[in-house]
Amino acid sequence: MKILKDQQLTDNTWTFIPDGTDLPDKPIDITISLKRWLQEQGILKKYPGKLGIRLNPEDSVDSLPPTIKNAKLIEINFPTFTDGRGFSLAKILRTHFNYKGEIRAVGQFMLDQIYYLSRVGVNAFALENKENLADAVAMFNEFSESYQASVN
Amino acid sequence: MYQYNDKDQTLINERVAQFRRQTERFLKGELNEDQFRALRLMNGLYIQTHAPMLRVAIPYGLLNSRQVRKLAEIARKYDKGYCHFSTRQNVQYNWPKLETVPDILEELASVQMHAIQTSGNCLRNTTSDHLAGVAPDELEDPRPYCEIIRQWSTFHPEFAYLPRKFKIAVSASTTDRAATQFHDIGVHLVQNESGQTGFRILAGGGLGRTPIIGKVIKPFLEKQHLLSYLEAILRIYNLYGRRDNKYKARIKILVKETGVEKFTEMVNAEWQKIKHGMEVSEKYFENMKAHFAPPEYNSEAALDTSFDEALSNNSDFATWIKFNTTDHKVNGYRAVFASLKAPDSPPGDVTHQQLDAIADLSDQYSFGEIRTTHRQNLVFADVKTSDLFSLWQKLNSLKLATPNIGTVTDMICCPGLDFCSLANAGSIGIAKQINDTFDNLDYLHDLGDIKINISGCMNGCAHQSVGNIGILGVDKKGVEWYQITLGGSSENEAAIGDRLGPAVAKEDVVAAVSTILDVYLQQRHQEEPFLNTVKRVGITPFREKVYENS
Repeated sequence: MKILKDQQLTDNTWTFIPDGTDLPDKPIDITISLKRWLQEQGILKKYPGKLGIRLNPEDSVDSLPPTIKNAKLIEINFPTFTDGRGFSLAKILRTHFNYKGEIRAVGQFMLDQIYYLSRVGVNAFALENKENLADAVAMFNEFSESYQASVN
Repeated sequence: MYQYNDKDQTLINERVAQFRRQTERFLKGELNEDQFRALRLMNGLYIQTHAPMLRVAIPYGLLNSRQVRKLAEIARKYDKGYCHFSTRQNVQYNWPKLETVPDILEELASVQMHAIQTSGNCLRNTTSDHLAGVAPDELEDPRPYCEIIRQWSTFHPEFAYLPRKFKIAVSASTTDRAATQFHDIGVHLVQNESGQTGFRILAGGGLGRTPIIGKVIKPFLEKQHLLSYLEAILRIYNLYGRRDNKYKARIKILVKETGVEKFTEMVNAEWQKIKHGMEVSEKYFENMKAHFAPPEYNSEAALDTSFDEALSNNSDFATWIKFNTTDHKVNGYRAVFASLKAPDSPPGDVTHQQLDAIADLSDQYSFGEIRTTHRQNLVFADVKTSDLFSLWQKLNSLKLATPNIGTVTDMICCPGLDFCSLANAGSIGIAKQINDTFDNLDYLHDLGDIKINISGCMNGCAHQSVGNIGILGVDKKGVEWYQITLGGSSENEAAIGDRLGPAVAKEDVVAAVSTILDVYLQQRHQEEPFLNTVKRVGITPFREKVYENS
């Protein structure tokens, strides 16, 4: 998997640890679910690696804790590209939580959504290797103007 | 009307290029069917029964003559020589080829038109009063606000993948001619006690399978907060609207299931977080209003006497004036409806020759502008009374002067089984039968204001649930049947029609309508309109008569 971050191609260093699975022994960079983030603060404090969070569309905005600002990475998962809740989640993280770190789209989003996603504050995109990178990069510049103020 | 600046033009040109690339990638197999469907729908492109259908946006129903000529040219070059005006003031082409759609969009862009967000689960075209700017009962011209909403909603990055489609309508008059109570959001221009202009905001209205009247969630919104308030509603809907069942995904279901109070609370809480920094400045409003400044009316128009003479000398003309024209806020002018409900043509359809002629007539008689109405007719909004006679004659020769606006044959009708892949039953055929049966104009005029809406399926594109008489096509084991409702209205006294009884067979629909009209004529008090009679006597006398032999 490759990551298109701030329009540059980089390698992925992060691993998502599903609920019910032990945290890794080695201090690798991990993301966990919101549920785990909320419930296991004590254990997580001792984790030696970098900690991020993976949000799903059904995660309630109301349950996002202020500590989410400390996440080193926030992944927004798209189980299907038609589920647009992730767009609002990203916007809220940037505007209501003032989150400055990396917001990464993961899952089944379309390349054709990159432009809108980047406008609402997503700055990194997890690409399957088969994806056409040139196409993906070109998506950032589909429009040179916009009608609304947004994150970008 | 609003004229594009460089930014507007750049945006739609870039949209054309984007869609061209998407179409190429689809044809090469780089986008799959599902992906391309979402992308093409956001450019108004459906795949229908026979061919793709392209829906072109007409923001708040306003066109200039150049645009009308372009619509005619597209009908000639890329389609079968005609097109169809929809209930949301847009225009549809039923026979374009998929590969040529990017070219059509490029042609549209050359006259400041597009098909952006005319379909798909996104913010759709903002609709309004077809008499905006000329209606005597209006507080202020709503179109500047419509254009501000159009721009805000166009390419809104956060709200392109909503649970379901989302429609906004704006009205500024005491009579609601834009069905605002049946939109996801209805915006009413109103004045508060201190005379300040602002908005009353309704949410959660809608038609389709579950028709619901919108609820007021903000009785008075100060003008500058228009966009932040809309954004707050959309964000709450995007986050909490149901995505598990497409029939429960509209905002009306969210408002109903959440409860209007709780929903309003959620919107207000979000709004408090975003309202500062999103204010629309007075200067911006003023600049936008300048785009819709009234045309240069002739100050001597009111002195004309030829109109009154023609009225008394020609009863056909007088009838047409009565039914197909309406009062104008400027003395000496009237607004004229071109009826797209001629007896022998499908409701809302217009040919390329008619379109070209309409463009010429608008240049000659109405400052080069044309409006589309949600009842699928066209309006010349600014016609001098002294010109009405010659305009009538010309419209007559174009078959656009059937004096039936607001009458039984001014039906709203969807494309139905003839064109639409969703339909369960035909609707154009029923409209034709009604036209063939009720061809006596004196009878129609005696019946007066009756709105018949005919949809070929539950999706209700022709708003049958708010028709005074609603006709809904249903499929029963491969046979077309029709459910009839009475008493619906999309105007001020919004109401959803009551079911008359069991569905009737296709061959019995017109007889049932005929019986309903007979009962009305027997029951009405003097000049009482149909809707009032239905309200007063209830549905029972109609039901008894229609089903008396079954």
